[in-house]
Amino acid sequence: MIELKSVSKSFGNTQAVDQISFKVNEKENLVLLGTSGCGKTTTLKMINRLIEPDAGEIIINGKDITNQNPEILRRGIGYVMQNIGLFPHYNIAENIAVVPKLLKWDKEKTHQRIAELIEKLHLPNNCLKMFPHELSGGQQQRVGLARALVTDPAVLLMDEPFGALDNVTRSSIQAEFKALEELKRKTIVMVTHDVQEAFELADRICLMDKGEIIQIGTPKDLLYNPTNDFARKFLDGQRLALEFKVITLQDLWGFLPADQISNGEKPLDASSNIWNAMENIRSTSNGRIRVSNTNKEQKSVDFQQLTQAFNQYKYNHHHE
Amino acid sequence: MNEQQQTLWGFMSEQSDKLLNQTLQHLGLTFISLLFAIAIGLPLGILIARKRKLSTGILGLAGILQTVPSIALLGFMIPVLGIGAKPAIVALLIYALLPIIRNTYTGIIGIDRHIIESARALGMSKMQILLKVELPLAMPVILAGIRTATVINVGVATLASYIAAGGLGEFIFGGISLNNTNMILAGAIPAALLAVILDFLLSIIQKMDFKKLRKVLYVFPVLIIVLSGFYILPSAYSSRLTAGFTPEFMGRQDGDLGLKSEYGLKIHTIVISDAVMYKAAYSKELDVISGYSTDGRLKAFDLKILKDDKGIFPPYYAAPIVRETSLEKFPELEKVLNLLSGKITDSIMTDLNYRTDYLHQAPERVAKDFLVKNKLYKDSRNGQNGTVRIGSKIFGEQYILAEMYSMLIKGNTDYNVSTKTGLGGTKICFDALVNDQIDFYPEYTGTGLLVL
Repeated sequence: MIELKSVSKSFGNTQAVDQISFKVNEKENLVLLGTSGCGKTTTLKMINRLIEPDAGEIIINGKDITNQNPEILRRGIGYVMQNIGLFPHYNIAENIAVVPKLLKWDKEKTHQRIAELIEKLHLPNNCLKMFPHELSGGQQQRVGLARALVTDPAVLLMDEPFGALDNVTRSSIQAEFKALEELKRKTIVMVTHDVQEAFELADRICLMDKGEIIQIGTPKDLLYNPTNDFARKFLDGQRLALEFKVITLQDLWGFLPADQISNGEKPLDASSNIWNAMENIRSTSNGRIRVSNTNKEQKSVDFQQLTQAFNQYKYNHHHE
Repeated sequence: MNEQQQTLWGFMSEQSDKLLNQTLQHLGLTFISLLFAIAIGLPLGILIARKRKLSTGILGLAGILQTVPSIALLGFMIPVLGIGAKPAIVALLIYALLPIIRNTYTGIIGIDRHIIESARALGMSKMQILLKVELPLAMPVILAGIRTATVINVGVATLASYIAAGGLGEFIFGGISLNNTNMILAGAIPAALLAVILDFLLSIIQKMDFKKLRKVLYVFPVLIIVLSGFYILPSAYSSRLTAGFTPEFMGRQDGDLGLKSEYGLKIHTIVISDAVMYKAAYSKELDVISGYSTDGRLKAFDLKILKDDKGIFPPYYAAPIVRETSLEKFPELEKVLNLLSGKITDSIMTDLNYRTDYLHQAPERVAKDFLVKNKLYKDSRNGQNGTVRIGSKIFGEQYILAEMYSMLIKGNTDYNVSTKTGLGGTKICFDALVNDQIDFYPEYTGTGLLVL
């Protein structure tokens, strides 16, 4: 879907991006992770030609993007940025309608699509006539997302999309983001420096440093098979929390006890991670959840059983 | 005080036709130059916001133009653009340029760069970004620049009357020349009101939020063009022969009024400053002017003096007008001042003027040469016995006379001298004399009688 072939970019004497290559599969969410100045944002911006690469090829859907008009190219790619970049002199409806207007959609179609997005993104209905400064930071970011999604582009680029939000708002928007159907059918490249966020949202993570790719792989790969010291140290200090996010109940299935199922337990899918399961257990009155896997098997679990299963899984994992 | 206000009101209602005409001309002049200044300044501001390397040069140049004194700027333009509307519009345009260029530039570069980046990322073209994002967002700052330029223009437009471009300056400078306070106020008050009202109206537009501003911005250019129209209409001159008279000459019995009543002169007349009048006649912009018979430029520019066979002009002799109290304070002063009497005839004065105006010799040197030649020159005694203050009007002849008196006083008495040259006109000299700011100044017998 998106392919970079030995792409390089330097600013003056600084080599921002040095001969990097990767592929993003269709409907995959690839997160570019790294500290500031590692070249992740430059890499992202080269994909819609906000920055022109010095060397290399970038191919989207089999077409080299350097042969396309940059403005036409960008209208077909959704873009969400940390600073949101809503136009302060446009009201919310006009802000969302920028690209449809550039593409000369008829008004009715635009109107319907905006109404649909407002609904999906849980924005208040009366916000359409408001101006950006009248909305909260979280609402503004949803509008930014709506603006990027309005024409239903196949590719979405996101530059620290949740970076400007406070912690509470961030985790609630992240959760909505994960649940949003529209996003599941998009090919997404997202930039973040937040390891938790990367592990929460990524299908694969591309860890970068000094303009080079250190490791590219699934969150589990990064956690359990780091290719070098840099990759290992990058995750140190958050390992337990990351494991809770990476390991699913399905992974623990064999270690979970086959207790009696009783009614009134909160149901949860086995594809949920441990973190999620723990939060669900805490929110129930009886401290138990009912987990069902793809084979329609069900197990009832409480907090203690969950942590026991996790410890056994880890023990086995280390001694494989 | 009450009586004075009534007479001012009386003057204004009596002259209401002229007043209305001048006010409309003034408005028109302000806005037509503003229109051109926007047409030039806005694109330039956008250009230097794009190519920042150019910004220092262009802003610097506009800043330098801004500091050129207005009357000098008007003078420079006469050889190129003549007199009347064209040089006035160009001069005003030059003064309005800096605030418009600078505010357009700062307005655009001050926009949050993330907004511009998001506009690019959405696929807007450069032109779309400029028109839909940059200009609307920079608009409050640009409007502030236009507001400054408008107020500057209302002020500078009073000077347009110096080069026969009309406006409220005709009353103001006519009044200064004629010692007519009501006339000055009849020009100055409307001019000040125009500035205040326009400033206020533009401040309202500037503070509008984006919603309202969008509608107003469609009306604004139309309004400027309509207001500019005020000027284009009355400026369509048609007479074949054109006279340029100073504001003072226009209002004097021994001037335009006399020419009309005694000679029945019917000629297209425009009001112009004596500073640029001769040059305008020389460059054939004017056919008739109200020159001084002793002015050196008559000779320099080869102008002919018409004979006053009906005798409406009283004889003009240069003579000092002195304060009574000063003669008492400086007893030797009268004797010294009389040393010059009978020594300077019209032709001698013309020759002296020719040397300063055309040969560009310093007034000090011309004055000294004359005194030496007439054996009147004595070296300064560097007196400490009080200071005599001499005033002079702002043209060459008066500078020479003031220098002569100064040298005579220093050489013949123990008084020190300070000269206050460059007083704007008869009224200013006379007011300075009355208010004890100067002790005497050279005046002409005809004028002296009129003022007193």
